[in-house]
Amino acid sequence: MVTYGSKPALPSADKRWKLVDATMRKAGGNGRGLIETLHTVQEAFGYLDEDALRYVALSLRVPLSRAYGVATFYHFFTLKPGGRHTCVICLGTACYIKGAQHLLETMQQTLSIAPGETTPDGEVSLLTARCLGSCGLAPAVVYDQEVAGKVDPASLRSHLEKWAHHDS
Amino acid sequence: MTPEELEEIRQNELEAQQSVPQRIHVCVAAGCLSCQSEAVKDALTREVDHRGLGGRCKVKGVGCMGLCSEGPLVSTHSGQLYQHVTAADAGKIIDSLDAAPVSRLAISTDIPFFERQKKIVLENSGTIDPERIEEYIAQNGYRALMRALTEMTPQEVIAEITASGLRGRGGAGYPTGLKWGTVAKAPGAQKFVVCNADEGDPGAFMDRSVLESDPHRVIEGMLIAAYAVGASEGYIYVRAEYPLAIKRLKTAIRQAERLGLLGADICGTGFKLRIDLRLGAGAFVCGEETALIASIEGKRGTPRSRPPYPAMAGLLGQPTLINNVETFANVPPILRNGSAWYAQIGTEKSKGTKVFALAGRVRNTGLVEVPMGISLREIVFDIGGGIPDGKQFKAVQTGGPSGGCLPAEALDMPVEYESLAQAGSIMGSGGMIVMDESSCMVDVARYFMDFCMTESCGKCIPCRVGTYQMHRILTAITEMTATEQDLKLMEELCDLVKNTSLCGLGQSAPNPVLSTLKYFLDEYKAHVHEHRCLAGVCQEKATV
Amino acid sequence: MSSTDHVKTLKIDGRDCSARAGETILDVARENNIPILRLCELEGLSTVGACRLCLVEIKGARKLLPACATAVDEGMEVTTNSERLQSYRRMIVEMLFTEGNHVCSVCVSNGHCELQAMAQTLGITHMHLPYRYPKKQVDASHERFVLDHNRCILCTRCVRVCDEIEGAHTWDVMGRGIDSKVITDLNQPWGSSESCTGCGKCVHVCPTGALFEKGRSVAEMEKRRQFLPYLTLMREERQ
Repeated sequence: MVTYGSKPALPSADKRWKLVDATMRKAGGNGRGLIETLHTVQEAFGYLDEDALRYVALSLRVPLSRAYGVATFYHFFTLKPGGRHTCVICLGTACYIKGAQHLLETMQQTLSIAPGETTPDGEVSLLTARCLGSCGLAPAVVYDQEVAGKVDPASLRSHLEKWAHHDS
Repeated sequence: MTPEELEEIRQNELEAQQSVPQRIHVCVAAGCLSCQSEAVKDALTREVDHRGLGGRCKVKGVGCMGLCSEGPLVSTHSGQLYQHVTAADAGKIIDSLDAAPVSRLAISTDIPFFERQKKIVLENSGTIDPERIEEYIAQNGYRALMRALTEMTPQEVIAEITASGLRGRGGAGYPTGLKWGTVAKAPGAQKFVVCNADEGDPGAFMDRSVLESDPHRVIEGMLIAAYAVGASEGYIYVRAEYPLAIKRLKTAIRQAERLGLLGADICGTGFKLRIDLRLGAGAFVCGEETALIASIEGKRGTPRSRPPYPAMAGLLGQPTLINNVETFANVPPILRNGSAWYAQIGTEKSKGTKVFALAGRVRNTGLVEVPMGISLREIVFDIGGGIPDGKQFKAVQTGGPSGGCLPAEALDMPVEYESLAQAGSIMGSGGMIVMDESSCMVDVARYFMDFCMTESCGKCIPCRVGTYQMHRILTAITEMTATEQDLKLMEELCDLVKNTSLCGLGQSAPNPVLSTLKYFLDEYKAHVHEHRCLAGVCQEKATV
Repeated sequence: MSSTDHVKTLKIDGRDCSARAGETILDVARENNIPILRLCELEGLSTVGACRLCLVEIKGARKLLPACATAVDEGMEVTTNSERLQSYRRMIVEMLFTEGNHVCSVCVSNGHCELQAMAQTLGITHMHLPYRYPKKQVDASHERFVLDHNRCILCTRCVRVCDEIEGAHTWDVMGRGIDSKVITDLNQPWGSSESCTGCGKCVHVCPTGALFEKGRSVAEMEKRRQFLPYLTLMREERQ
């Protein structure tokens, strides 16, 4: 329930909301800081859920539908939690010309998921990027935070296996 | 900060550098970092410490050296360049400082890749530590700002930029001086300068490299621009996908503020500028000026009808100057060396240099800076070293999803705004992708249309539905199910989307299709009439 | 300032017209009973220039310009109805028909629909573009109104009237490109919206049968917009 004029209650006791509050304060506490704040939420929690969107919207006095509209307009934001590992296949032009499509097909077949999805066991999320700016190393893949260049389907499969083994 | 104090910092830094006779530079820009160049740098540093060479030899991280495909790259004070360096090579490289180069890793710098380039924007890339403002100052950094603030009126600065012939490096090539003049004259209590670093073209990494390798150059350019147009607040709108560039920009802003080069009362002249970062969130359309403004305001990045142009009514309705990273990066050298110096580089209508991100099926991939007017052939075959694996050149793509694919016949064309546009492509922001016979041009057109369809904001009907319909036809062609009728319909759609879309994204979305139809019609015909893909790409897909 | 700064004269389709500075081409055309088609524009709401149906040719201009968002200028020569413009308009309306699922014969707005009327005006009898047949939802969770996404053309009149006139901003657009859709609050069922006042303005500005009142059968949904100029006028007066 919205109480008129008051600051909305924190969605939870989680300390990470302090970071979110700090960003909102720094951005002036108004709607202009919406995107900055969503960045902070996603960095802190990994994704944007309904509670977070509601809290941010009410704190910045932004209509709920506008917050949702912004969160779904930008591809960088995600409303669903990701897997333990993420694999980003770059589909920039240079990577495409050098066979990134094959890498994507390999991943889809191996994991049986589509880009943007996470394996049912929550282990791996498969993502695509429009361009990582590592075109000199095409085709490029990001394993978790690490960029790998000149990747081929074989090295892709072995990396997946490495993830699977380390976890077991 | 006074000019004298700036000079003092410069002299101190130069002395400090000269007191260390041996220097090893390790590229720590994104390309080499992803080949573990950080580990190379650490190994070299450890080795120097271990041998007790601290006072004689210095290891430092520098920005992009250009030849990204051969990273990690390391260079020494004598100019020797090494490629594919690993941490295990550290000892050998240090041994070589007093002896012959390590021949196994050595790469000659008198090859066309280096010799044919002309570096203005990238003059410090690969030589200075991007995280130390003193190194930028040692290379005459912030001297142009000092000159503008203490010796020139804002009108004189604009006149100098106008006379240099500099045009917007974001792609369209609007005269920079004219844009500055418009913002300067526009009435408004508060004006803004915005640096567009939302490099969204797939296959382009020039701006990223400049920001990672020499961030102060962009900040100095923005400062000069802000002084010229009368702005007191600035934003750098940078892709969230570029964490390293963001980190280095933040460091650079902090350093400039500490030295009084940014903030209130800069250099005691009363001029003030605050610069904030704004992170993009993965929307190509935000490279469009009005969409970028909406995004900075925290909204969905949808463009609006122009006029009014941002120069008159931009951020918060106030006059706003928006230039791209490379445009700002050109400003300090122009002011330092004079407009006449700059104007003698390039061609009659396209002055100066252009940075290209050379990638695709070409031997040397990486970042290159060339004088305007150079031919595409020189870039692809001399600098790029031609096509590897004995394959044949087919096309070179410039301008990303807004540009076009140019065939072998166009290779001798000079690189300038007008000639590229006339040939059906655009200069664009600097992505240059080389394709050989293994690429199907219909598939490439489909790839770009997929991009435009996904990146369309959905506001106007022609772009929202037109890109979908064109993508559907291109997919049908690659799946060998399209008819001659479909080809005609696609041409009609190209014409409609080009002429009726609201913003540049839609208006230029048909370009990859139109240029491939123009130069590679035989490939379309082969798909439609003979159900055959000349490159063998689509057949393969049909059988999967 | 002399009076010539305030009054502009221009030609629309060869007819001499006079206008106040700041008026748009569409304003002037309307005053002179020159019809210009449009779908996103509605008098009393802000201009977005999104449907591109009101594009006109202006002598000397390189590009086509939207009449709704282009201010008049002295000596302007405007063409609103060339063969080229007509064929663009037909194609754009076709795009809308093939993008969603528009079946006039079973629609509450049959006979009162702006999209349908436009197709008739432009003489569209069959589609050159293939239909997309997207799967779209119908939200009937509101106690008085229904939202049928199949018939939505994304003109955003509902978004604007709710924000600018009602002041609730219940509506907005989510997603992007061909996957865009209008939503209430956090993309939740309309009936559960916390901000909706149930005023129904969105329903009445909607040009198609995408928003309608419950209990209406085929062809029974006539929209009443008499409130809009009135509310706009009152609001201007207060400011």
